[in-house]
Amino acid sequence: MTTTDAATPPNALPGAMPGSAAAAMPSATLAATFGRRRRKPTSNEPDRGALSNADWRRPAVKHTWRGMHLALLILLLLWCLGPLLLLGKFAFTPTQDILATPMKIFPNGPTLDNVDQAWNRYHIGKFFMNTVWFAVGAWFCQILVATTGGFVLSVLRPRWAKLLNWAVLATLFVPAVVLLIPLYKLIVHPPIGDSLINNFFAVWLPAGASAFNVVLVARFFDSLPREIFEAARVDGAGPFRLFWHIVLPMSKPIIGVVSVFAVIASWKDFLWPFLVLKDQKVMPLSVYLQSMANVDKGTLMAALAIATLIPIAMFLVFQRMFLRGAGLGGAVKG
Amino acid sequence: MTTDNAVTIAPPPKPGSFQVHKRSTTRGTPLTWTRRGGLSALIFALPILFIFGAFSWWPIISAFIMSLQKTNLTDAPTWVGLDNFRAVFADPLLPTIIKNTAWFAVLALIFGYPIPLIGAVLMSELRKRKGLYSVFAYLPVVVPPVVAVLLWKFFYDPRPEGVFNTVLGWVGLGPYPWLADATWAMPSLVLEATWAAAGGTVIIYLAALISVPAELYDAAEVDGASVLRKVWHVTMPQLRGVLFITLILQIIGTAQVFLEPFLFTNGGPNHATETIMLHVYNLAFANLGNNFGQATALSLLLAGFLAVMSLVYFRLTRSWSQS
Repeated sequence: MTTTDAATPPNALPGAMPGSAAAAMPSATLAATFGRRRRKPTSNEPDRGALSNADWRRPAVKHTWRGMHLALLILLLLWCLGPLLLLGKFAFTPTQDILATPMKIFPNGPTLDNVDQAWNRYHIGKFFMNTVWFAVGAWFCQILVATTGGFVLSVLRPRWAKLLNWAVLATLFVPAVVLLIPLYKLIVHPPIGDSLINNFFAVWLPAGASAFNVVLVARFFDSLPREIFEAARVDGAGPFRLFWHIVLPMSKPIIGVVSVFAVIASWKDFLWPFLVLKDQKVMPLSVYLQSMANVDKGTLMAALAIATLIPIAMFLVFQRMFLRGAGLGGAVKG
Repeated sequence: MTTDNAVTIAPPPKPGSFQVHKRSTTRGTPLTWTRRGGLSALIFALPILFIFGAFSWWPIISAFIMSLQKTNLTDAPTWVGLDNFRAVFADPLLPTIIKNTAWFAVLALIFGYPIPLIGAVLMSELRKRKGLYSVFAYLPVVVPPVVAVLLWKFFYDPRPEGVFNTVLGWVGLGPYPWLADATWAMPSLVLEATWAAAGGTVIIYLAALISVPAELYDAAEVDGASVLRKVWHVTMPQLRGVLFITLILQIIGTAQVFLEPFLFTNGGPNHATETIMLHVYNLAFANLGNNFGQATALSLLLAGFLAVMSLVYFRLTRSWSQS
């Protein structure tokens, strides 16, 4: 549960991943989300936009658009990459230089002191591991709830599945802001056991209650061919075997998408862990960085740079999955 | 696995019906219910029932109860009727926080709505290196929000040596007070929020642009349409749906903005950046202290507004996906 990621689209569709996914998603509506590149080209130019090949051959059009594309690239470099490059530079610049001449490149030479301070004196690594632990548990909880829930709603379909489906969908309309205080009360005074404050379960369990994930996974299960389930049942497979050996292996693409969303959401989450993970033993990096706001600027910049490295590395490695997932956020589906 | 064998004996389903478990028309004994797979369905539903029950359905009900109570989470709560709602409306800060939240939303639309659209249309015409552009555009989105805010807070240093004041000084502008000034603070917050979020919008538009049918462009060319006319009369109408969706998503997101005002200015200077969410937080957890009832009442009122927005969103996406 996050209160800060409200801008995350509350609906999306199973992400298309290269390879096997295409075969597993026969439904036409799902196929539409793969984008035109995966369909048979109906035009003689398979991946065209508003500009045709003929347009591109006209010098006036070509030079205008080339120029605009170059301007866009420069803008993207300055606006998107610029602040991050500055952060990288600050991480290795002595504090006096950061404060006096922030835009000069190493006027008095680079230094490793900032990184050393952030790592050894402020123990960034420890809080980093807390975030990893937070993300792993939240990931597991979300995958468990979404796959078993989706299996009940889409494959087993007991009599009460309709009611359950309705109850899960209804929570999509409830913004996170409502849950904040009642959830806090629940975590401070749970009906059984002691307060869960400073316990990872306080962030893991609420993360699982994501209707968005359940809908995503159930939709994907809906698109799997029913004949396979029938065949498995004829061969004597019960629900557990069906789930573990047939449905889950076929669902790798959607599990991948949900996993990426889950890990990134816990990496970004601030307000909820800020309220419930207050002890330094369990405090995730985002909360700790906030408490570092007033330390020496060089150290702070090094800490910020370290905190950014993993998400950026993950993004560069799983680029396709990220961009597909983000694009699906606006897919015209309800 | 023995309880499930009964299922396999069931007659094959009619063509076109894809139910794994054939629904019985009459209620049987618990034994037949178990043999038909009722028990295993319940076992599979346990995680979703427990997690949603405890961390979604119950807190929603609890929110309504808490909004009618006076509670500080330690003493027993007392019923106070609609007093909390009266307190919300009597709150002298209410007009300010509504105005600030609306101002944030409007500025976020001005900064963050047209530019990603223009960028995405330009990017969709790239014949190569589209991936490179997308990666650059999306990079800020993966930066943890706390990192982005703390970094930008340093950029907004009001001294002439501050990062932005230095850069603007090169072209003879400034120095500007940025976060320290009541007029400048909110636009500064929105600028950072736009930096952090615009990449996601660009990618949504790009995905929509890819699915514009090529036949439409072919047809427009047969009619002799110029490049600009194709963009204006073919591309834009095709994006109508997704433009509306991003608009509603942005309103829902910005109405709950918390992180930027909390970390940049903590609502200051002089409440100029105090938003509804920040006020909810302050009522419950910070300087106004333990006023959980009033905080819940305020969050319920905000949620009512947002639920209407999501309903509109849901209805529209539904009708579009069916057409």
